[in-house]
Amino acid sequence: MSAAEKISPLGDGIRLRLAGFARTLRENGFAVGHAEARDALAIMASPAATRRSTLQPALRALFCANHGDWEKFDAIFAAYWMGQRVRSVQRAGGSVTSPKALPERQLAPRTSNGAHGMADHVERREGADVALAGSGRREGASRAENIAATDIRHVIDPVETEKIHALAARLARSMHVRLVRRARARASGSRIDLRRTLRRSVEHGGTPIELVWRRRKLKPLRLVVLLDASGSMSLYTAFFVRFLHGVVGNFRESDVFLFHTRLVHISPSLKDRDIARAVERLALMTQGVGGGTEIGQSLADFNRWHARRMIHSRTAVIIVSDGYDAGTPEVLATEMRQLRRRCRRIVWLNPLLGWRDYTPQARGMKAALPHIDLFAPAHNLESLAALEPYLARI
Amino acid sequence: MQIDRDTIAMRLAETGYIAARELATALWLMDFLQRPLLLEGEAGVGKTEIGKALAALHGAELIRLQCYEGLDQSAALYEWNYQRQLLAIKAHEGSNAEEVEEHIFSEKYLLERPLLAAIRREKPPVLLIDEIDRADEEFEAFLLELLSDFQVSIPELGTIKATSIPRVVLTSNGTRELSDALRRRCLYHYLDFPDVDREARIILARIPGIDTAFALQIARMIAAIRKEDLRKIPGVAETLDWATTLAGLGVHDLRQEPEAVYDTMICLLKTNEDRAGLTRDVSDRLLGKVA
Repeated sequence: MSAAEKISPLGDGIRLRLAGFARTLRENGFAVGHAEARDALAIMASPAATRRSTLQPALRALFCANHGDWEKFDAIFAAYWMGQRVRSVQRAGGSVTSPKALPERQLAPRTSNGAHGMADHVERREGADVALAGSGRREGASRAENIAATDIRHVIDPVETEKIHALAARLARSMHVRLVRRARARASGSRIDLRRTLRRSVEHGGTPIELVWRRRKLKPLRLVVLLDASGSMSLYTAFFVRFLHGVVGNFRESDVFLFHTRLVHISPSLKDRDIARAVERLALMTQGVGGGTEIGQSLADFNRWHARRMIHSRTAVIIVSDGYDAGTPEVLATEMRQLRRRCRRIVWLNPLLGWRDYTPQARGMKAALPHIDLFAPAHNLESLAALEPYLARI
Repeated sequence: MQIDRDTIAMRLAETGYIAARELATALWLMDFLQRPLLLEGEAGVGKTEIGKALAALHGAELIRLQCYEGLDQSAALYEWNYQRQLLAIKAHEGSNAEEVEEHIFSEKYLLERPLLAAIRREKPPVLLIDEIDRADEEFEAFLLELLSDFQVSIPELGTIKATSIPRVVLTSNGTRELSDALRRRCLYHYLDFPDVDREARIILARIPGIDTAFALQIARMIAAIRKEDLRKIPGVAETLDWATTLAGLGVHDLRQEPEAVYDTMICLLKTNEDRAGLTRDVSDRLLGKVA
C-alpha cells in the first residue's frame, strides 16, 4: 500500500494518543479496526496533514462509516484532542452516544428471562405489584391446549406468556420462509439466459438445444410496522414486540416503529439477537408515556421523515392500534391518505376487533377505515397467522 | 502524483465546483490512502457532480455506473457478444468443438461494461458508482471484491488484473442500509446542502454575469425555502435553474419583483403539494425576511 509504508517514525506518545482516540471512538459505537488505525497514523505522519483544519476532516472521512458517526465525530474529536484529560472525554463522548450504545451494559445483567422483562413492565404500568406478576398465579391450565386461539389479554401466567411469545416469534420466522418461497416460485423461468445457453450450445455445434432460463428477480416484500404503545394497548404490546422481533430478524427488509405521543424507530433495538435485552430497551423507550395516543401526528412524522426511505413498490404497512386517537380525525385521515398513496397495502391490526360485538366506533378508527386495505383482528396467534396468505398475494 | 488539499479545492473551483474544505480534504485522502470515497446525503446536494468534478480535476476519464435494482454482473462488468459468437460458430462448422470454443471465448467477443472498462484503462479513470443503495445486496458484495482486489475473473478467459487503479466514488441516497463491509472499505463523507455563502459562490461560478448581491439574495431565499415543510427539498440543480430563470427574466433584485419570484418557483417545487403549500403569502413572507 502506498501511504502506510511511508509512515515516518512518529513518537510513541502520539501513537498512544491515537490508540486512545481509536478506543474512544469504538466506545462510541464506531467500527474502528486495525486498517483504520494504521491509516490514521499514516495521515498524521503526512506533512500535508499537520494543520488541524486538515487533520480533523481527514480523520473524520477515515473513521466515519455512516451519518450517525458523522454527526458525533466532531464532538468526540474536540473532547479528546482539545480536552484536558481522557476522563472528561468519555463523558463528552457519552453525552452524544446513540441510544444503541447506551442501555446495553446497564441492562444485560438484569434480564435473564425473556419476555418477563416486558411483561413486568406491562404490569407495572397497570399499577400492579411487580413481584406479584413475577410469581404469577396459576390460572386456566386448560388454555394451554388452545393457546393459539387465546386472546392475549387473558393470559396472565408467565409460563404461558412465555410460550405464546415464543410462538409469535416462530410464526414470524416461518411466515418469512414461506413468503420468500412463494415469491421465488412465481418468478421462475421467465427469461432466457443467453450467456449460459450459448455456452451449452457449443457442444451441439452452436444449436441452442438446451435453453437456460434466468429467473426474474422480484422485489422482496417489505414490511413497515407501526405499533401503538399507548396505555390502552399495553396488554398486547409485549406480544407484538416478540412477534416483531421475529419479523425484523428474518425479513431482510423490514422496519418497526413504536408510537404513542411521538414516533420512535425501534428496528435497531429489535435487531439485537438477545430478545430480553431488546425488549428491555423498548420498555425504556415507552416509559413516560402518558396522555393520549397521537396516531395522526405519528403518521405525519412517519410520512415526513421516513416514508421516502422505507417504502418501495412492494411494501405493506402494518399499523397495530386500537384506534383511540387523541388528535383530530382530520389529521389522521389526511396522513392515512398520503400513506396509502405511497405503499402497496395498508393493513390495520386491531386487537379489539377480535372481541365479540366490537364495532369500530372510535373517531380515529372511523377516520382511518376508508384508507385501509385490510382491517383485521390481532388478539391472538391465529389472527396473526391469518395474515400470511394475505401478504403472500402482495 | 499527490496534490495537496488547497490545490484540489482551487482546481475544483476552476472546474465550477465549489467544495467545502472538508470535501477537498476527503478527496485528497482518497489519493493518499488509495481508498474509494462513499458519499451520502439528501438528493440534490451534488453528490454525482463530485464524480464529474473529480474527473475534470485530474483530467481523467469519467466512467459511470448507474445502479438500479436487478443490476447484475453482465450489465456492470462484461458480457459476451452473442450474435457475433453465433455467427462465428456457424462459420467454423465442421471444426472440432474445443477449437471453436477457444475461438469464441476470446477478447474479440468480449463486451466491456463500466467496471471492466475502469480497470483496463492505461490512465486511471474516475469510476462513479452512482446510487449504490439501489443495487441489490448481492451486487454490493460482488463490488466489494472488485474494489478490494481490483481484479476480476472471467471463467473463460482467466483473471484480469487492473492496469491502473481507478479513483472510485460511490454515492448513496440511503434508500437501503449499506453493508458494514462496504462502509469500512470506503472513506466517508456526508454532504449537506451548501450554506448560504457557498451556494452564492456556486451561483456565481455557474451563471456568468450575475451580480454578487443578487446571488446572495437567491441563496438566502433558497435556504429559507428549504426550512419549510416540503416533500421534496430543492437541490443545488434547482437553485441554478431558478437563478438562470430569474436572470433570464431580467430580475436583479428579488424584493422588487415578488410576482416573478412566486411565478418562477416551479423551478424549485416539484410536487403538487409543495406547490400548493408554498402560497403567495408564504413566498412574500420569506422574501420579506431574507431579501
